Order: sequence, then structure tokens, then C-alpha cells
Amino acid sequence: MSAADHTEPLIRVEDIHTFYGKSHILHGVSLEVRRGEIVGLLGRNGVGKSTTLKAIIGLVHPTRGAVLLEGKSIGHLPAHRLARLGIGYVPEDRRIFRLLTVSENLRTGLDGRGVSEARKKQLLDMVFDYFPVLAERRAQAGGTLSGGEQQMLAIARAMMLEPKIILLDEPTEGLMPRMVSQIRHIIHVLRREGVAVLLVEQNVPLTLETSERVYFMEKGVVRHQAPASELHADHEVVHKYLGV
Amino acid sequence: MLEQILIQTINGIVVGMILALVASGLTLIFGIMDVVNFAHGELFMLGAYVGVVTLAGTGSFWLALLVATMVVALLGAAIHVTTLRPLLGRDPLNTILATFGVSLVLQNYALWQFGPVARKIQEPLTGQFALFYLDYPWYRIMIALLSAAIIGALWLFLKYSTYGVWIRATTQDRLMAQAMGIPVPRLLTLVFAIGAGMAAASGVLFGPLVGVNHAMGLDWVLKAFIVVVVGGMGNLGGSIAASIFISLTESYASLWVSPSQAIIVSFVVLILTLLIRPTGLFVPTPK
Amino acid sequence: MTRRPTLLFWAAFCVVLALLIVAPFALPEFWRRFLTEILIWGLLAMSSDILIGYTGMVSFGHSAFFGLGMYGAAAALLTTRPPSLWLALLYGLIAAAAVAAFVAYFSTRLRDIYFAITTLIFSQIFYVIIFTWTEVTGGENGLNFSRPALAIPGLFSLPFTTLTLYWFVLAVVTASYLVLRRVTRSPFGMVLQSIRENEARTRAIGYPVERYKIVAVMFSGLFAGLAGVLYAIQNRFAAPDFVFFVVSGETVIYNIMGGIGTLVGPIVGAAAFLLLREGLSRLFPYLAAVASQNGLALPGLAEFPYLIPLGVIFIAMVIFMPQGLLGFARRRLNE
Repeated sequence: MSAADHTEPLIRVEDIHTFYGKSHILHGVSLEVRRGEIVGLLGRNGVGKSTTLKAIIGLVHPTRGAVLLEGKSIGHLPAHRLARLGIGYVPEDRRIFRLLTVSENLRTGLDGRGVSEARKKQLLDMVFDYFPVLAERRAQAGGTLSGGEQQMLAIARAMMLEPKIILLDEPTEGLMPRMVSQIRHIIHVLRREGVAVLLVEQNVPLTLETSERVYFMEKGVVRHQAPASELHADHEVVHKYLGV
Repeated sequence: MLEQILIQTINGIVVGMILALVASGLTLIFGIMDVVNFAHGELFMLGAYVGVVTLAGTGSFWLALLVATMVVALLGAAIHVTTLRPLLGRDPLNTILATFGVSLVLQNYALWQFGPVARKIQEPLTGQFALFYLDYPWYRIMIALLSAAIIGALWLFLKYSTYGVWIRATTQDRLMAQAMGIPVPRLLTLVFAIGAGMAAASGVLFGPLVGVNHAMGLDWVLKAFIVVVVGGMGNLGGSIAASIFISLTESYASLWVSPSQAIIVSFVVLILTLLIRPTGLFVPTPK
Repeated sequence: MTRRPTLLFWAAFCVVLALLIVAPFALPEFWRRFLTEILIWGLLAMSSDILIGYTGMVSFGHSAFFGLGMYGAAAALLTTRPPSLWLALLYGLIAAAAVAAFVAYFSTRLRDIYFAITTLIFSQIFYVIIFTWTEVTGGENGLNFSRPALAIPGLFSLPFTTLTLYWFVLAVVTASYLVLRRVTRSPFGMVLQSIRENEARTRAIGYPVERYKIVAVMFSGLFAGLAGVLYAIQNRFAAPDFVFFVVSGETVIYNIMGGIGTLVGPIVGAAAFLLLREGLSRLFPYLAAVASQNGLALPGLAEFPYLIPLGVIFIAMVIFMPQGLLGFARRRLNE
């Protein structure tokens, strides 16, 4: 899981271009995430960070370039196939199923995968262990949960897929400051479980604390990459790409 | 007078339950894939015809009901895969047109295959009971109960089965459902098939009450649309309530005007709904 | 707007118009009437294009406007002696405008699918009223009346022949096309197109979107009613069938087949559809005759409903050629 590891990365995005109607959104984005790695993606609003995540999970299909999962091209596959292949997605605004109960939300990724009942129970127990609040509210409708609880549910729901990587889109947005430590804790849990994370965030300190490497995006392209350790000292780079 | 009102109440509920069965399929389809299925009335009509043919061949009404439901469900799946799946992601206008085209094809197929003369389905349960001054057919009560049973089964399916949870999730957020690994395109075909099957079942159940002919779908698709709008698009409970409500008001109206004019009452209800509460009369006020 | 395209346009326009003027000389009686009908349905489809192609509102209410235009003309032709062409036009247009105003008021507050369904329901409301109000509308059987003459009272009176009626219809349709073309390029037309592109933004800029929509519906309804009047004059009867929503559906088909947002496209679509229908309706009996001549008995072939392949072609067009015939041709020409 270090930079010296030369095996095929888990996710490799090569020079992808995407369009929204006639708007050219991504102008050739390239990045990679290794197995078990926590990688950050920073940049101002509107540079295409969310779109990059959507391209990886298959909700947006690049017109040029390639998206590779363990070396195999997946850019043309539909999102539901990619979810089954091990890509978890936690979007901005969480987007949990508001009218379904917490349990039903968790079940959606679980069923139909050929998972045994025993394993299903194991996964549910694991998730309820990590998120006791969800266990309490398991029979409640998702829409009745608080913002922070919904965020936990969104992440927990993705974990039920037993993913190899989770794409996290601005998990701390709209949350109270004390929830940020919760998110930090969850990311550590994911690392412990060996799940890679591609973290898009506006919260720079959190990103620098949890990530091993950070990419910087600007106007639809990845402009710079650096190990997090370097960035702790170098504030200039961060200023440049985030204007903070 | 009171007796007439009570009789019309029962009639209204009976017809309302069949309408509910037709409308449930329509609203289910709309709720999950934003498709206004113009061909729904034709699926109803073809169900009735398949029922006629099966009944003639086997003599069993129940077999006819089953076969019609299965055959038309399969037809629905085929229609969805060939004409609606290619339109996924395009402007919803296209689906209205495509289903309109399908309805033309199906209607004319039925006309060609079965001719313009109406056919009859024998009711499985003859015999009447005394309802005031009328001999009221037991069969009508049976229809209401059967429709209720089918709708109840649908409700249970949606609430507790895996596919049911998937359907509810996809109806709320199609993109996230995909991101959760739910095979959405196949699920949409399944829902369309279920809707088609329900329409077919309604056709068979309704068959003994009127003649089965190639144009019988037009009336129903219109009423079903009214029900779906009044009940709230995509709202299953709402469409059931709206079906009963509209059928009752029409039944009462036909005490004073002719049945073909009674439908104007439904139109008025629709217009009022659109003016006062466009999201649906039976939908709780959105917060 | 450079000079070149407009010159090209007017040149093409004159050529087509000239062809249409002389066409009936080369055609037998049946086809002259057929061509007249194509123009009338084309006018109806063109009127619907204002809504579908330019404002982005799919309406199934056109059968109501068309039908009321027809019945309005019937009213004039049955109640005045001698039957007056101009009164027929007047009554028909007023009736259509009134219905359009009524429908517009209720349905324009709704969007997209709800709008489409509401207009459909309104078509049916008028259908039921006309169908059941037998004393006034003749109910199921409709109304029969005689064709008025092309007359200016006091000056001359020329009864229509198939030929002169064709030219009259051609003149009306051409004039309508020019008017509609002018309107779509006017500031009003620009606002409509802006509504189609992005209604929220148009509203945010400050335009009273609902009012524009109502005017669009009324305008569209007026020309649909005009088509209804022409139909009544040509065929000398009015029937409730034309108010049934299926007619609206067919109109939308012409629009799609020809290409929406082009005004001319719908006329082409109507022509294509009607020709295809006529052709197919003759094809199957012909095939059956040929088959039986060669000893093959194929029962049912002669009566094979031509609407089935037509419907299939339509569905295929919706899926594969959503820009319609004209859009498709335009693409080809640009390559």
C-alpha cells in the first residue's frame, strides 16, 4: 500500500473526458487509487470532482479515455454492474431512500448477490456495531433521521456491498463540526477493513489527516498530486488550488 | 330511493375495485419509470381476449384468468424490452408516443384476429341473491373480493419481498438504486410486466359484465388516467382510493343521467383536482 | 441571419408552391382530393407544432380544436341561407378559439405529462358532449350539410370544384404557413422557444410564462380550428369521431414523423403518413390477389390491418429517428 508498490492499482482513470449535453466537463482526468489506499481529491466547487466519482461508478460514461478496475476496462458498464464488482458510492446529499426503513436501506445492496443468510447477518451486525445509532433506528424511515445519521446510513449502506473501494463525495458537508470526527473515525474503520477510499472534500484538514495522497483538480483536469505528508507543511499548494 | 343509492354504492365499489386493479398497474409503472403507458387499455383488452380463448379451450374460468395474466405479463415484458428500454434516458414525451404506437398496433391486431363482433366470457359463478328489489349477481361481489385480494397481494409483495424493496427503492431514486447494485433495467421490465398482468386480470374479471371487443380498452385507459392523476401519480394507496371515489360518484350520477354522460362527473373531479390539489386528492400535503 | 439561407429558402418555397399549384393537373380526381386532405391534416399538424416544437408542450387537445372548428362551420352552413363560406370560417374560428381559451386556462398551469393528460381529457369531454347532445350536434351520426360557394355577396358566386377547392385550401394553408413562420421568428416566438429550452430561466428573467403559454395554445387552436373548417367544407359533414383523442394522437404522429419545430416538417409527416396508409391499405389486398392468382390461398391477408405495420414504423421512428424525416434529411444534407 505504499508508493513503491508497482502492482496494478485498484482503480485507474486515464485521461477521461465527459460531456453534459454540449458542456465539456472533464477535460482529461487521470488518477489512480491503490488497494486499501485513502486518496483525497481537492479543488474548488465546480471543477468536476463529483463528476469524476460518477464516472468511476458508471453513472456518467466518459466519451474518451478509460476507467479501469484492477486493470479491466469498466467505462462502458452500467452502474449496477460496477456496484456488484466492488465500487461503493456515497454521493453528495447522501441520497438515502427516505421512505424505506434503515434496515431496508441496508438490505438494498445485500439482496440478490448470492450472499448467504449467515453472511448477511454478519454484515448487518458489523454495520450496527460500527454505527450503534443505526441499530437503534433500524425500523425508522430514512427520511426521519438527522443529517449526520443519514450520512452514516449512506456509508453503511455502501459497506454492505463489501466494496473494494468507496467513493465518498463531501461526507462532511452540512454536518455539525463534531460530526467531522465521526467521519474521520469511519474512514479509519474503512482503512482497517482494507477498503480503499477516494475522498472528495472541501474540509482540507480532514482530507490531509486521513489521506495518504492528495490530487488537486482545476477546471476539469487533475493538475497536481502530492503525498499528504508534504502538504502538511506546504500551505501554498493548497492555497493555489482551493483559494482558501 | 335509499335502496337505489345503496345498490349504486355496491355497483360503484365493484367497478371501483376493477378500476383500482387497472390503475394500480398504471401508477406502479409511472412511479418507477415515468412512463405514461397509453397501451394499458389494450393490455386490459387483450387479457380479456386471451381469457375468452382459454375459456373456450379449457372450460375453466380460473385457468383463463391465470393464463391471461401470464401471457399478457410476458407480452408486457416484450413490449418494454423492445420499445421502452431503448428510450431510457430520453425525454418522457417519447415514451408517451411509443406506447401510443403500441396501443394502435395492439388494437388493430385484436380487430384483425377476433373481428368486430363482441365476445362473451361466461361468469364462473352464476346465481344471484336478493338485494332489495333486485336479483344481484354473486359474481359481482366476487370480482370486488378478488380484485381486493390481488391488490393486497401486490401490497405484501412490495412491502416484504426483495423485489418489492428494490422496486420501492428504484421508485424513489433510480440512480442510487443502480449504485446499490440493483439491476434497474431488468427491474423496470419486471414492473411493466406486473402492471400488464394486472391489467389483463382486470380484463378477464370484467369480461362477464360486458362484451369483449377490441375497443373496450379506450374507455378504461381514460378512466385509469383520471384515477392516477386524482390519486397522485405513483401513489398506490391514492389510486385505489381515487378509483373507488370516482366509480362511486359516477354510479350515483347515473341515477340521474345516462351512463355515457356520467363520465363527465369524473372529468369534473379531475379538473377540480388539477385546480385545487394537483399533486392528488388523496396524497398527504407535502411538507 | 445571412442573406444566403433566406434566398435559398424563398427559392425553394417558390418551387414547391409552383409544383403544388400545377400538381392536380397531373392527377386523377381521387388524388386531387387526397392532396387536399394532406394539406388540411398538414395544417392541423403545423398548428400543433407551435406547441410541441416551439413551446415544448405536448398537447393531445388538437382534436377538440379541430372538431369545434368543424362543428362551428357546420353551424354556419346549416343555419344561414345561402350557406356562406366566410361565415363558416368565422363561426369555426370563434368556436375553436373559445375552446382553446377554455382548455388553455385549465391546462397551462400544469407541466409536461400532466398537461398532456389534461388536454387529452378535455378532448374527451368535448367528445362526450358532442356525442350525447344529439339534438344540437346530431350525436353519433354527426351533421351533413352542403358545400358553400366561393362568393363575395353582391359580386360573384363560384361553386367549388375539386380543382378550385384544392387551390383555395392551398392558398389558406400557404398563408397560414407564412403567418406562423413570421410568428415563430418574432419576439413572441423567441420567448416560446426560450420556454421550451428552459422554462425556469425564462420565468426567472421575468416573463409571465403562463400568459405566453395560454396565447400559444389559443394561437395553435385557432389554426387547428381553421383546418377543421376546411375539412368540413371539403367533406360536407361533421362527426364526433374527429374529436376523439386518437385524432390528436395521429396529429402528434405527423409531427414526429416529419420533424418538430420546423413547421414544414409536420406537413411532410402528414403527407408521409397518409401516403403510407393509403399505400399499405392497397398493398395487402393486392398481395392477396397476387397470391391467389398463383394458387396460394392466404386467408386474412387481404384484411390485414395496415395500421399494424404503420404503427410499427411509427414506433421505430420514435426510437431511431426522433428528429423526424426532415431532421434526418437535414442531417444528411449537412454531411
